[in-house]
Amino acid sequence: MTAGRSGTVGRPGLVLEVDRSTPPTMFWHGDGFRMERLPVGSRVVYPPEPAVPLSDPTAAIREALENPLGDSKPLSALLRAGMRLTIAFDDVSLPLPPMQAPDVRQQVIEAVLDEAARAGVDDVVLVAALALHRRLTEAELRHVLGDRIYDAFAPTGRLTQHDAEDHDNLIHLGQTDRGEDVELNKRAATSDLLVYVNINLVSMDGGHKSVATGLASYRSLRHHHNTHTMVHSRSFMDPASSELHSSNWRMGRLIRDAGVKIFQIETTLDGRSFPDAYGFLNRREWEWKARDRATFLGAKTALDRLPPRLAQTMMQRTRSPYRLTSVQAGEVEAVHDRTIDVVLNQQRVVVEGQADILTMGLTYLGPYNVNSIMNPVLVACLGLGYFFNSYIGKPLVRQGGVVIMSHPTPWAFDPVHHPSYIDFFERVLTETTDPAEMEAKFEESFATDPWYIHLYRTGNAYHGVHPFYMWYWTAHALDHLGAVIVVGGERRAVRRLGFRSASTMQDALEIASDVVGRDPTLTHLHTPPLLMADVR
Amino acid sequence: MRSRLVRAALSKVPAGFPWTAPTWPTSLPRPAARGGLGAAYDTTWARTPVARAVRAALLEAVGRPVSSLVASPEVRGLDRLGELEAPAIFVANHSSHLDTLLVLSVLPPRFRHASIVAAGADYFFDRGWKAVVSAGLLGAIPMERQRVNRQSSEMAAERLAEGWNLIIFPEGGRSPDGWAQPFRAGAAHLWIQSGVPVVPIHISGTRAILPKGTVRVRRAPTVVTFGAPVRARGGEDARRFAVRVEQAVAQLADESATDWWSARLRASADSTPPLQGPEGSGWRRSWALPANDGRSRSDSKRWPGV
Repeated sequence: MTAGRSGTVGRPGLVLEVDRSTPPTMFWHGDGFRMERLPVGSRVVYPPEPAVPLSDPTAAIREALENPLGDSKPLSALLRAGMRLTIAFDDVSLPLPPMQAPDVRQQVIEAVLDEAARAGVDDVVLVAALALHRRLTEAELRHVLGDRIYDAFAPTGRLTQHDAEDHDNLIHLGQTDRGEDVELNKRAATSDLLVYVNINLVSMDGGHKSVATGLASYRSLRHHHNTHTMVHSRSFMDPASSELHSSNWRMGRLIRDAGVKIFQIETTLDGRSFPDAYGFLNRREWEWKARDRATFLGAKTALDRLPPRLAQTMMQRTRSPYRLTSVQAGEVEAVHDRTIDVVLNQQRVVVEGQADILTMGLTYLGPYNVNSIMNPVLVACLGLGYFFNSYIGKPLVRQGGVVIMSHPTPWAFDPVHHPSYIDFFERVLTETTDPAEMEAKFEESFATDPWYIHLYRTGNAYHGVHPFYMWYWTAHALDHLGAVIVVGGERRAVRRLGFRSASTMQDALEIASDVVGRDPTLTHLHTPPLLMADVR
Repeated sequence: MRSRLVRAALSKVPAGFPWTAPTWPTSLPRPAARGGLGAAYDTTWARTPVARAVRAALLEAVGRPVSSLVASPEVRGLDRLGELEAPAIFVANHSSHLDTLLVLSVLPPRFRHASIVAAGADYFFDRGWKAVVSAGLLGAIPMERQRVNRQSSEMAAERLAEGWNLIIFPEGGRSPDGWAQPFRAGAAHLWIQSGVPVVPIHISGTRAILPKGTVRVRRAPTVVTFGAPVRARGGEDARRFAVRVEQAVAQLADESATDWWSARLRASADSTPPLQGPEGSGWRRSWALPANDGRSRSDSKRWPGV
């Protein structure tokens, strides 16, 4: 049965060869923008335009719940009075930017709760699947779930956030055939039904990774969040070639075999990541109308002149007008296969061959700094983790090539959200930038530090080990590349990361010529919307 | 004082995209114009006696004085047109909107008021008002630039057969960086088909006045050099003829920058500097531009006099 209709794909992506008539290319530069004239002959990879959303998302959600994929029964048939039902959902790291209300999780969870109410289920608990991410604030929970759900569940303690350090509420389900421990949230693992509500912004999200990562403990996560796994995930955005996903799938199957009944709900969005006020972000430069140019110039001028904190606040308040393009429900693997098809259909761009240089403009926002500061470690993770790995087949840049990223990279940290990042930056990166070495020497002490654990459990801090994971995210890129150059970044911070700093793109290209010669090929990754480069 | 203030204020306005409309990558097709516009626009009305008389009066009373004031054109090589009879095709390099007015202004009178201009259908004829202004004031006819289009080519051939002279910029658009773009074989195909002599023209200096991507005009001297008419050789294909005409313009550029004899020597040795400039990209290409070709629009000297 078809449990969701995938949105029609918009205008396909494009690989533009820059000629002398090509207008300058827009680069994100943190809270602002840069216009760069790329050398003639460079290629710019433009993502497909946003897909056409579902006309009636509420009906599509209900249809998906009643027509599940795989060997799952419809949700209504799985619910009964007297059962223990747990509903887990993704945290604020998805989607990016946070979407305008109502959030898709609210829409889906309300539909699930309607079914539960109809079946007379009393014992319902909601869990934010944080893994080692920071706890959500009340405002964030209200935004994700809506006031109706929050007010009904939070006052009675039935709206919870997963705590990977609460050993009384974790359960060890066993080890995979590779010796990987699987330790999960006890309430979720011991419920009669675990419903997981997912947002699949990119192909990395969802599948067995939802439960096996989102509701796991450090003891479990360390088996796949490590240097070895990340170097062998090529890429971690391509589940079929990702060691990260292989490990999660082994764990997911162990969870299933241990008797945990999961009803997976996965959703895809249309890629319309910025509102009309930033319409120029969704258009290709040569198609900018007078209005796009005016709004670009207005936004750029304001952001360049505002104090950094104000500019940051202005951008962090952006809410995306994402709309649902598909919803799938049922058995985890069957659901995820369909979801991956939809995501790749919306984001795939075929690119012929690798380049010597890959350029990218990095935004003010990554998964781990929603309502927060993009610190230098997160800059590295966004560029060399997420964007570098946005490929199927082989990387956009050749082995030994150069990545040029544009970002101001300020030496700034959020002490509430990222306390361990500060020490990681000061103590670890001053000694080594080698992921394997820091994993061996430092990870354990950060992961078990009682102060970080206290802040993670009671405040809104990422777990002590989280900055290591962000650095491991870059391991494949660091292993692959000859050099990394940051344009317009704060020099001290860039140097601390082990990268080179350049004032302008022209300077960066000159510096890159030391590594790739004087006549390099260049590919630029143009975002948003997000794209997956199918490099052949 | 006031003009200095205005100039100072204007100088703070950056030039180029996104302050001005974006250029369109050559490799991508532009969306088709609305019905009756673009290559399909009918320009017959602009060649009626009344329209011609108005256009001629405007060119003499406004266009030429403005051109003279802003561009101070120095015209060379007009003697090479001594024996030439209409119709003819005038082919020039292109780096500014001012090029059309300049060429019309300096053409001998027998050609000046009997000339039409091939203009990009996607740019000059995409809106009703632009089509009226282009056809009415310049005598422009629409020419498809992105792909070979028989309709616009045949239209131009018909006008030549009627005795009109044609001014055409075969690069397909203004130079984005001061160096010429390759001459298009599609234009050369028209030249061969019509059998009309082709007059190469080199224009230098207009980029300093009104370069692509800006709307600010500043005065600067210009040089317009006419070359001897050329015709396609028997069996010569469009691509080769386009290259030969481009070389003729390159030799005129060399002649304009140095002197006739030095340019002849270099042409004989096949070492005329290419019209498209040196290889590479970035600042080196703009650095290599001749000083009067708009490398700098600054009012101050780039280098102190010694």
